[in-house]
Amino acid sequence: MNGGKHATAESITLTIDQNAISCRNGLSVLEAAREHGIDIPTLCWLEGLTLWGGCRLCMVEIEGSPRLFAACATQCTEGMVIHTQSPRLHRYRRTIVEMLLAERNHVCSVCVSNGHCELQAMAQRLGVDHVHLPYRFPRLSVDNSHDFFRLDHNRCILCTRCVRVCAEIEGAHTKDVKGRGIQAAIIHDLDQPWVESQTCTSCGKCVNVCPTGALTHRGTAIGEMIKKHEFLPYLKLMREVHQ
Amino acid sequence: MKPEDLASLADKQRAINAACKHRIGVCTESGCVSSQSDQIAAKFNELVKSRGLQKDVRVVGVGCMGLCGNGPMVKIDDGAPMYQNVTPEHCAAILDGLDSPLGNPQLRHLLCDLNQPFFRRQKLVVRSNSGLIDPEDINDCIAHGAYESLLKVLTELSPTDVINQITLSGLRGRGGAGFPTGLKWSTVAKAGGPSKFVICNGDEGDPGAFMDRSVMEGDPHRVIEGMAIAAYAVGADHGVIYVRAEYPLAVKRLTRAINQAMRHELLGNSLFGTRFNFNIEIRLGAGAFVCGEETALIASVEGNRGVPRPRPPYPANSGLYGCPTLINNVETYATIAPIIREGAAWFAAIGTAKSKGTKIFALTGAVQNTGLIEVPMGISLRDIVFDLGGGVPAGRTFKAIQTGGPSGGCICGQNLDIPLDYESLAAIGSIMGSGGMIVMDDTSNMVDVARFFMEFCMSESCGKCVPCRVGTWQIHHLLDRIYKGHGAPEDLVLLKELCEMVKATSLCGLGQSAPNPVLSTLRNFESDYLALIEKGRADREAALSGPHDSGTTVPLEVIS
Repeated sequence: MNGGKHATAESITLTIDQNAISCRNGLSVLEAAREHGIDIPTLCWLEGLTLWGGCRLCMVEIEGSPRLFAACATQCTEGMVIHTQSPRLHRYRRTIVEMLLAERNHVCSVCVSNGHCELQAMAQRLGVDHVHLPYRFPRLSVDNSHDFFRLDHNRCILCTRCVRVCAEIEGAHTKDVKGRGIQAAIIHDLDQPWVESQTCTSCGKCVNVCPTGALTHRGTAIGEMIKKHEFLPYLKLMREVHQ
Repeated sequence: MKPEDLASLADKQRAINAACKHRIGVCTESGCVSSQSDQIAAKFNELVKSRGLQKDVRVVGVGCMGLCGNGPMVKIDDGAPMYQNVTPEHCAAILDGLDSPLGNPQLRHLLCDLNQPFFRRQKLVVRSNSGLIDPEDINDCIAHGAYESLLKVLTELSPTDVINQITLSGLRGRGGAGFPTGLKWSTVAKAGGPSKFVICNGDEGDPGAFMDRSVMEGDPHRVIEGMAIAAYAVGADHGVIYVRAEYPLAVKRLTRAINQAMRHELLGNSLFGTRFNFNIEIRLGAGAFVCGEETALIASVEGNRGVPRPRPPYPANSGLYGCPTLINNVETYATIAPIIREGAAWFAAIGTAKSKGTKIFALTGAVQNTGLIEVPMGISLRDIVFDLGGGVPAGRTFKAIQTGGPSGGCICGQNLDIPLDYESLAAIGSIMGSGGMIVMDDTSNMVDVARFFMEFCMSESCGKCVPCRVGTWQIHHLLDRIYKGHGAPEDLVLLKELCEMVKATSLCGLGQSAPNPVLSTLRNFESDYLALIEKGRADREAALSGPHDSGTTVPLEVIS
């Protein structure tokens, strides 16, 4: 489930969107689907990091159960029949993206990640041309204290990729989450300004895994913040070396 | 402690109890303490001393007697007479009437009618000793049968026998979901691993629910005994009681009970001379409702942020510190000892085909008798509200009953005759929950009720998954808008759509059940919603069409 960590040599067969596929036993539905070119949308999942299961975009239908299952957290079993697309799933996924857009202040036109943002790409992919939920417009701060990086809470979707990469890959655990519910927010150490953090190694991994413009390099202008995507495939390898 | 010591200790204490002519039981649980029952106990002690009655009269602090709305309660001897609404001024008169079996005639207005349906229709299994024993005195508890079941289990039964007994009894988890307890135990028992844990979930956080608090305060040894039996059955040697810090008295009583049990060697190593070791520690929750969810609870016990994680793996296979872990609710553990003592068949004979035994409910709101009731499963809600509860206060009419707290639903008058069990409640859009029951009369607006519960879920959401974090805010925002008269008919469509989506996609039980109060009120009381929307529209129209000076602007409501 964690990057196929539990996968064994034994293989099983299952059906995803009417495609009969075989995969190694122990893979999650999400991993099996991606291995076979079926892209289930996600925002919090990232290969090499532990499972979080928070964005709920990867919900799929499995025949035989009225419930929905998060593909990232569901292990494949022999003979499973999975549907990753349905009008209901599409409606829910759209609502989730709309909820994220309405939760904080996501203004693409002035965002450094405009054009390179996973949330924006997800909204385009799911056809979110407008948000039919009321916007919250919360007053949120920007932590501009660090020499190289910037944390803009207005653009954060709380996927906690930064928290996990910091704790699990870099081993610093500088970042964590404070508060709960709608008040939750990313913090550094004991909710200090980033520059005052004693643990941050300024490695920049958090910036590169952030799906939106919440974590960026300082000094970038609108649309200039391109995350180093070639960094991502190495995450898993780094994690294994780290262990 | 050796096996034979338990009986001799019980006999010794029974002799001490019998030597005393009268026993005055003063309720010392949170409800009665909040109306100064501690002062009443002190006053009794003072009077007993000044009248030189120390030999004949013993004043003991006991657990809840049920009728919390009429507290403080005072019980003479083993139950009769019982006085309600007692104040320290009444103590002298109560002492004067000690020898009369009907109590002091001058205090007739304080006498509690023990024949009323509130007491008559209850069936006490879990709470059988509550109100009788002194929860702070282990000897008194042992004299009333505490730890007998544990002795029986350790000396006569194998772990498999215990699990079979629990399975046969048909007991289902009392935390709300109703998972078969025997099945859960056998899953943990079969899980491999060098170390296993049992956890007692005492993080009762529903508004209006206080069943678990009462059990922990009124009979803590029963919870400990249940946990020890469970640990023996599943092969664990370490227990954790997770109590919310908002229950200081429960924490104090449990701590005391654990210390006393350790001193009596009823906890620790080689219990009753067997090879079974068991220790319990208490962990305090820092006031998060979501920590009642089992994976969040485990994270909290481990010292992490209390957020749930996706299941599987279930705690039965990978729980506390990755070890197989059994998590049950306080009430479930407190049901174990009676089942072992009286037998599985006895327990299975109570209740309905699929829901066995009794359940404690905290009956609150617009009823005459508020307090704790323990009733057999299958009793109708009508009986609870109108018979045990004595109906809604005069001049008011019944409107709804809310069961299951923020995860449950509002049940309307038409559904009052359904039998009370897990399946029937689920069929009408509510849940058994941990046992909160709030009765509402015609003064309650159901939109306000739904808004209250949604506000609770919104502020208690951990913030991990999007549907719960943002969805509860959006639903609360819509409800608030409708309640304040700014709603539109299409808001109801959006409300239903959001509720359905949050229910289907949330990560844990909190989010999945948070829309229940809204969905059930929308189904049963849509007129309340429509009336508010219509009133808001009429008010706006009147404001626009009404006479106004040409120099002033029309006051427009800012929709927020």
